[in-house]
Formats: sequence, C-alpha cells, structure tokens
Amino acid sequence: MSEALLEVNHLKKYFPVTQGLLGRTVGHVKAVDDISIRLEPGETFGLVGESGSGKSTVGRTILRLTEKTDGEVKFKGVDIHSLSPSEMRLLRPRMQLIFQDPYSALNPRVRVGDAIGEALLDHGLCPKSEVRGLVLEALEACGLSSYHIDRFPHEFSGGQRQRIGIARALILNPDLIIADEPVSALDVSIQAQIINLFSRLQQSKGLTYLFISHDLSVVEHLCTRIGVMYLGSMVETAARDELFRQPLHPYTKALLSAVPVPIPKLKRERIVLKGDIPSPANPPSGCKFHTRCPFAVDVCAAEIPVFRDAGGGHFVACHLA
Amino acid sequence: MAADSKLTKLQRPQAKLQKSSLFRQSLRKLMHNKLAVSGFGVVVFMFVLCFIGPFFSPYTDNKINMAMMNKAPNLTHWLGTDALGRDILTRVMQAGRISLTVGLASMVLSVLLGALLGAIAGYYRGLADQIIMRVADLLMTIPGLPLLFIFGALLSEWKIPTDYRMYIVMLMLSIVNWPGLARMVRGQMLSLREREFMQAAVVLGLRDRRKLFGHLLPNIVPLLIVMATLNIGGAILSESVLSFFGLGVMPPTPTWGNMIDAANNMIDFQDHPWLWIPPGLSIFATVIAINIFGDGLRDVLDPKQKR
Repeated sequence: MSEALLEVNHLKKYFPVTQGLLGRTVGHVKAVDDISIRLEPGETFGLVGESGSGKSTVGRTILRLTEKTDGEVKFKGVDIHSLSPSEMRLLRPRMQLIFQDPYSALNPRVRVGDAIGEALLDHGLCPKSEVRGLVLEALEACGLSSYHIDRFPHEFSGGQRQRIGIARALILNPDLIIADEPVSALDVSIQAQIINLFSRLQQSKGLTYLFISHDLSVVEHLCTRIGVMYLGSMVETAARDELFRQPLHPYTKALLSAVPVPIPKLKRERIVLKGDIPSPANPPSGCKFHTRCPFAVDVCAAEIPVFRDAGGGHFVACHLA
Repeated sequence: MAADSKLTKLQRPQAKLQKSSLFRQSLRKLMHNKLAVSGFGVVVFMFVLCFIGPFFSPYTDNKINMAMMNKAPNLTHWLGTDALGRDILTRVMQAGRISLTVGLASMVLSVLLGALLGAIAGYYRGLADQIIMRVADLLMTIPGLPLLFIFGALLSEWKIPTDYRMYIVMLMLSIVNWPGLARMVRGQMLSLREREFMQAAVVLGLRDRRKLFGHLLPNIVPLLIVMATLNIGGAILSESVLSFFGLGVMPPTPTWGNMIDAANNMIDFQDHPWLWIPPGLSIFATVIAINIFGDGLRDVLDPKQKR
C-alpha cells in the first residue's frame, strides 16, 4: 500500500459545556467522536451528513483551526498536531481550505489580487516581481479575468467570490484541499460551474480533495469515495458506486432515498426519518442512530456497533448489516 | 464600424473609473453630505485664518500700547484692543495657532497611543490585555477635568517654563483621552479576529505582522479616522478650559481659552464684549464645525455606528 496523503486515526473533538460563574465543565459536546479517514493522493473523498453531524469540525480539526481532543492527524506521515507553531506555519501552504460562505471568507478591505498573492509573499515562495503574474495565472485558471485583480471583494457576485477563494488556495500549489460545503451558499446554476471547476482543477493539477457536503448529488458527481457521518461518528464508508448501489447502513439508505429524482412518477421506497438529530452533548446509548432507525432491535440500544469491513473496502457500523 | 468605435470610446473611461480605491468611493459619498462639507470648509477657514492671517497683520509684535487700551472695534483695530492695547484680531489668530496645534497634536498622540495599545490588547489578549485594560479602566474612573486641574496645578507648582507648558498640556490631554480609544479599538479587534477571513489567514499561514497590519488594521482605520476627528474638537475644548482657569498655556502666549479669561471680571464682561466674544466664537465655530464634519465622516465610513 502506498503512503496515504492524509491519515486521520480515531480523531476526537469534544467541546466543553460550561455552566455558572466559574465556568465549571458540566459535560462535553462530542462534535467529532472517533473518526478515521484515509486519503490516497489524487482521490476525492466526500464527507456527507446532515447539519450538526460534525463534518465541518472534522475539516477544521484536520487543519488545526481547532485543537483536537484525541487521536492523530498524519499529513504525509507527519503528525501535524505535534508540530510547533512555526513548523505548522511552514506546512500550511500544503493543505488549504475552501470556505462555505464566500462573502465572509474574504477581507472586505483587501484587493482581490493582494488577497490571492499575499500568502506567496509571506512564505517567500516566489520573488516579489513574479507574484502579479502568478496571481493573474491563478485568476484565469479559476475562470476570472485579469482586470479583476485590483477590485475589492464587494464588487463580485457569490460565485465569483468562491472562485477567488479557490484561486487563493490554488496559487500555493497545495497537495490537499479541504472544501467545506463550497457550493451550498451558491445558487444551483453557479453550483454546477464551481463543481466543474473543481473537477477540472483536479485533472490538471492532480489535487486531492476532502469534500464536505450535505448534498448527495454533488458528492456523487465529484467523489471517488464517500463517508457518511452521523452525530460525530462515521457510519459507513465505501467507494461511490458501491455506496449508491448497495447502501448497508439504514441511515445511508434513508439519505439516498431522500435524493430527489427527475422522474416524479417513479415509485420509490422512501425511508422517512422521524424527529431531529439528537444532541451531541448527550448522544443515545449503543448505536447513536437507534432512536431514529426504522429497523432498530434491542441490541442497538445496548451495544455500540463496530465499524467493520463488510467486504471490498466497504465499511459499516451497524449490527444488522 | 463607426458604432463600434463609439462603443469602445464609451467603455474606456468607465473601465478607468472602475479601478477606484475605497478611499475615493468614501470621498465621493462624503461630498454629497452638504453639512459635512460646510463643516470641513469652516475648519479649513479657521486653519487658514490662524496660520496665514497673522502675516498680513501689522500688530504681530504685540507691543503694549497704553494709548490704545480697551478700544472698541474700529477701522485700524477691526476687533478692538485689549487692556494692554494689543490688537484682538491678531491675538485671536495667534491664539488659534496654539489652540489648533494643541488639538491636533494631542489627537495624534492619543490616537497613536490608543490604537496601538488597544490593538495589542485585542489581538494578543491574555496578560497584555489584562494589564493595558486595567490601566485604562483606572484612568477612566478618575474624572477627566479634575485630573487635568491637578496636573495643571502641579505644573504651576513646579514652575515649568511657559514655553514647555504647551507641550505638556498636549501630553496631559492625550493621557486622559487614550483609554476610550483603546477600548474601541480593542472591541473591534476582538470581533474582527473571530471573522472567517481571519481563519482564512490562519489557513494560509500568514505571519502575525501581515494579519495585524494587512488585515485587521485596514478594517479599523475608518473608525480611527472618525474618532480622531471628533477627538480634535474635544481636545480644543479641554485646552480652552484649562487655559481659562490659568492652568493650561500661560499668558502672554495667547490661546482662545486664556483670552476668554477677560470675561472673568464684570466690567470687562459688560463693557468690553470685544475682549471675549471673538475667541469665544472661534472656539464655538471650530468645535461645532469639527463635530459636524466628524459626524458626516462617521455616516460614510462607519455606518454601523450611527444611532
């Protein structure tokens, strides 16, 4: 097996819940609870799950925007959570993040060209005289024009801003790009453009993506492997076609049955989940999904299911599958 | 073909306009606010009057002229003369130099001090924040005017040469003024550093220096400009108050404040109004013009602050 680009082992991120004047810790929100991901170079891993399942926190903890509680994150074999701040800074250009909201991810008082080029300058990745040329190149690679370089973010639409965000990440020639719901703030026609941009860039630059999304059709279009998260834990991981053809976990089945299809008269078996996602501060016992699972039996409430290989790299955490 | 060339001609200048800076955009908005523009006009007029006016006056030597004591406004002395026969108009202009300089200089000093300390406190937090903000709190719990009075009285007690007093007054005013500014800047810093574009700066691995000066400070500059402008008016007022009580800049150096001191006795107040009305009006006009201009600036640069 070749060396993985990114290896996340048993990553945990708990946020303390404090109460009272002295800030006594009364519990923990288990936003990420034992997640393992392995990313080979050049692949696109899709992380899906409903709101509050901890997808974004996984992305942010991998990038060390928040410190982990437990587990390890290895990037090219280096445990990045053990690096000193200055070592971490040197590693930053290798892994980049695309933000969900393109409006707040750009500083309103920094010109687009400066925003894209400043990291190059700060890391001394190229001489000052060449920055502008590289910025223009990145702008064009992301479908923007050269005359955009001296404008301010407020002069752009949402889709254009997302392109600026992508150009800003791309100019550093990263190995890994974590895209945190990069299209969910855009309208559908723009979504398609941005997704196509993602796949075109991957082909030309050999990028590896960790693509976080709640939109299954987007993930199906872009990803080679997909992981499904529920309440901070991974419930199923499989290659894309395998997952869509034969989902094993009831939660995945429910998600897939909710994807709209273009033929309204087609009879489908819908699995409708009742209620909301439970609080991650007080997750259900046993299998976290048993409170909403239509197939739950006694063992589900008592025992935590093991995340095991169901054959051919298709992992699932369910007693019944 | 002809239509084509017309089109390009029409588009060209627009493309040039597009590359406008945020500063120019704000300036254009400010020009629409007539009140603010006239406020700015008055301020500029006062500056020109005070700094250039005296060159055209024949009375700049301030010679004592017993024959011309307490004369009412006339053709040779447009605003009359004071108890020592000195020309009031010339003295008002010379006093304006001092008052405006003190206002400006103490503003610059307190903005520098306040912005720097506030930025450090808000950006690094922790111990630095605690120390700076507790000192600021301490200074803010002491009422400003009595504090200035004590300072002023100390200066008189220590017999500080009158030439230096002007500079010490500037320093005093900025010491009283910086805590408010530091608080504002710190608050802004605290809210800005949580914004998503600052997380983006972390992911890009930018240096602290660039985060602070390239990203945070440009977002604070509009607030600083507004605060600084409004601060000048306050500083001029405080200096006048001090000088009026004889604790600021000392005569014979004229300032608007110590000129109004003439209104201290009933005879001058009632019978010689030309002694105190001109400097009084100067303070009034300058401060109100600065405040109106500052309000206009705030509407343009910092719309959220509007109440």
